[in-house]
Amino acid sequence: MIRFTDKGLYCPAGNFYIDPWQPVERAVITHAHSDHARAGSASYLCHHLTLPLLQLRLGNNHYQSVGWNEPVFINGVRLSLHPAGHIIGSSQVRLEHNGEVWVFSGDYKTEHDGLSGAFEPVRCHTFITESTFGLPIYTWKPQQVIYDDISNWIRNNQSHQKTSVLIAYSLGKAQRILEAVSAVTGNIYAHGAVYNVHETLQQAGIPLPDIRRVTPETPREQLKGSVVIAPPGAAESPWMKKFTPYAVGVCSGWMQVRGHARRSNVDAGFALSDHADWPGLLQAINATGAQKVFVTHGFQSALSRYLNEQGLEAAEVKTEYGNDEEITELKEENGIISEQAPETT
Amino acid sequence: MSSSTEISLTTNGFTGFASLVQVLGTSTGTNEKTDALSYYFTHAADEDKVWVIAIFSGRRPKRVVNSTLLQNWCAEITGLPVWLFEECYHTVGDLGETIALLLPEPDIQGQQKSLSWYIDALIRLSKAEEPEKKQFITDTWRHLNREERFVFNKLITGGFRIGVSQKVMVNALSKTVQMDAPVIAHRISGNWDPGTTKFSELLNNEGAAADHSKPYPFYLAYALDKEPAALGDPQEWQAEWKWDGIRGQIIKRNRQLFVWSRGEELMTDKFPEYQVLENLLPDGTVLDGEILPGRGDTPLPFSVLQTRIGRKNVSKKQLQEAPVVFYAYDLLEYDGVDIRDQPLETRRKLLEQIVNDLSASGRAIPVFISPVISFKTWEALAAIRERSRELGAEGLMLKRIQSAYQVGRKIGDWWKWKMDALTIDAVMVYAQKGHGRRSNLYTDYTFAVQDGDKLVTFTKAYSGLTDKEFAQVDAFVKRNSLEKFGPVRTVKPELVFEIAFEGIAASNRHKSGVALRFPRISRWRKDKTPGEINTLADLKQLLDVYGK
Repeated sequence: MIRFTDKGLYCPAGNFYIDPWQPVERAVITHAHSDHARAGSASYLCHHLTLPLLQLRLGNNHYQSVGWNEPVFINGVRLSLHPAGHIIGSSQVRLEHNGEVWVFSGDYKTEHDGLSGAFEPVRCHTFITESTFGLPIYTWKPQQVIYDDISNWIRNNQSHQKTSVLIAYSLGKAQRILEAVSAVTGNIYAHGAVYNVHETLQQAGIPLPDIRRVTPETPREQLKGSVVIAPPGAAESPWMKKFTPYAVGVCSGWMQVRGHARRSNVDAGFALSDHADWPGLLQAINATGAQKVFVTHGFQSALSRYLNEQGLEAAEVKTEYGNDEEITELKEENGIISEQAPETT
Repeated sequence: MSSSTEISLTTNGFTGFASLVQVLGTSTGTNEKTDALSYYFTHAADEDKVWVIAIFSGRRPKRVVNSTLLQNWCAEITGLPVWLFEECYHTVGDLGETIALLLPEPDIQGQQKSLSWYIDALIRLSKAEEPEKKQFITDTWRHLNREERFVFNKLITGGFRIGVSQKVMVNALSKTVQMDAPVIAHRISGNWDPGTTKFSELLNNEGAAADHSKPYPFYLAYALDKEPAALGDPQEWQAEWKWDGIRGQIIKRNRQLFVWSRGEELMTDKFPEYQVLENLLPDGTVLDGEILPGRGDTPLPFSVLQTRIGRKNVSKKQLQEAPVVFYAYDLLEYDGVDIRDQPLETRRKLLEQIVNDLSASGRAIPVFISPVISFKTWEALAAIRERSRELGAEGLMLKRIQSAYQVGRKIGDWWKWKMDALTIDAVMVYAQKGHGRRSNLYTDYTFAVQDGDKLVTFTKAYSGLTDKEFAQVDAFVKRNSLEKFGPVRTVKPELVFEIAFEGIAASNRHKSGVALRFPRISRWRKDKTPGEINTLADLKQLLDVYGK
């Protein structure tokens, strides 16, 4: 049903691609992160909530959007989207043709974050899963525990008259951590890249607390003790000077490992991820009932070997999705930051 | 800067120690680390404080179980296959942390115990049979949380590596107990048993008497970062060769001889050559100098010493092939009196007198005076420095003639003026994930030079790139792996780097036949293609010139 080609995941029967990394005629998009939603295709199909984000990031194109569990037929292939729980609008893609069912997970997480829609297990014969955190060392703490850590960290910074700069991916993590931040303060600022996404989502009707954009005019006085949300690339830029004295905390699944947290040279690391952890991956794979599993981007060799040993037919697949989430984040955010440069310096 | 207390920081019991380690491991500034330690030293229980001092100065309890057992027990509890455990270990880069991350959530709420309680238990365990060890360790795992388990595992496996230097700890103690830092540095050096020493004894004037082995904190020089002319009048300065050995103190007190390395390791037994000094040196003498491989007064390359340094017992053959001498350049204690406050000039005269007396004994003495180089102008000295490598030195030391012997790395009176490193351009052929701070990132590389149409590996290098460059090379490795051997990846020979090193010697451990001293990446030669790298013949030529 799906072939792995050098342009991306291709469905020959329906003649369309899912999350292609090269321009194609017809692209189905799981979610709006840049390694999955790329520019240049002639038409795009995505979830309603992904649509405004694609418009923001890819500009005007031929778009079609659908809701979850609303099947569309493309050349006889029955296609439907199902919540993936990764970020707002993120979807799994279910394909059915001649009685055979395949599901591509896109990126997903199994813990419900209250924003992205709860991950829905979808029964299928063949499941294509991501494996960003496909090692058992990646077993997340419950999100409330991490939110509490973040809240306490902010309070501690406030008691030292420091601004808390939280580094979070501008789409997804930045909105998610607002819950932890709002528990402490309403004095929230954002980098332009974060603010743009925030504004787009608010306009699309997502209930998010109000935040303010950091501009050259923002008075330093107001920033004291505030929380500033910024994308990964911003942490090392002169843009940060304005917040002195400040402390930097990074919210990323990679912070699970101390060495990784120390290498990023920040004051605090919070292992908060929008990807499934090891138990989440196994639970999701199990729930599909699939006999055949293809494992994409991440620790694909470890996860597929483990699944094989568990009696499933599993194989690794090379894709161009998030080879290393951090690097993709960096690339993308650097792009955005350079656009913003005149305004932020 | 007075209100430095972390509100989330508890100092109580083992949890308190775990959160101290957590804060020290994540804080980026020296001030924060000092504050956290000082807060701990103010509030924690005395028995725990003594152990914290001990642990952060490298005195951990003897290891009671090996890594394989820990790994097996963890695999047994989690039911993970061994290969997957190893995959995790390669990604985390630290066994104690890997286990802490893999174990299931704690299921017993135990009574809070103290740091010293756990250490005492571990010490007692050293005599126990394996089942008893397993019982205690796996039980402990079951009632500690993730952060506490990590710390507990590190107590067993050793090496906290959380960026706390001796200096930071000494400053924190000094702040807490209101004593001068150099005094504290001296107190906590040397041989003391954290199991029997009380905090008050360690840091009290009365308690300090007993230990005769205690070395002085070393005075360390900064690298000269300007033209020597900026140091002013050459007449105020003394120049010596900078030797490439192990910095050490030889101590003779109470008719006993002690040899300490700069890493605060007691190494007396490793250098039987020095035993003759036990009878010849006067009591109350402390020499500072360089432990060097050498025959007579001719130094040999450092690599000669490396062949015997790791051994517990030195063999007769090694004593013959890698003899050790001591190049003395300072005297810290004379006739039982601490003379570090005296000017270098005075100390040097007394040192010369002591070494001359040794020679007058008529025996073969392994101690030589590191000669003073006389010079009139900085230009003349620069010319002399060019001869460093011929003499087996790394460059020059510049010391102010009137300088006192200070504590730790201090700017101003002592400088090292090293030769520029040797360099060679090479291509990266293997990559391996780093450890600790660089886990999950390919940062350990093996390099090769050309030999006809073949590539010959000749060195590994771990440092010298910025974090950003490491991220770029890491991305390259992930996309250009040719083969995988366990944790090692063979990569497309495409990236060219300039490798800098301090010395070169013949070796049969490497295919190339050479071994480098202190190899590191000096820069990424993005301007060069693999066709333009150096050849094996170039390396051999360096060996001929510098490798004697």
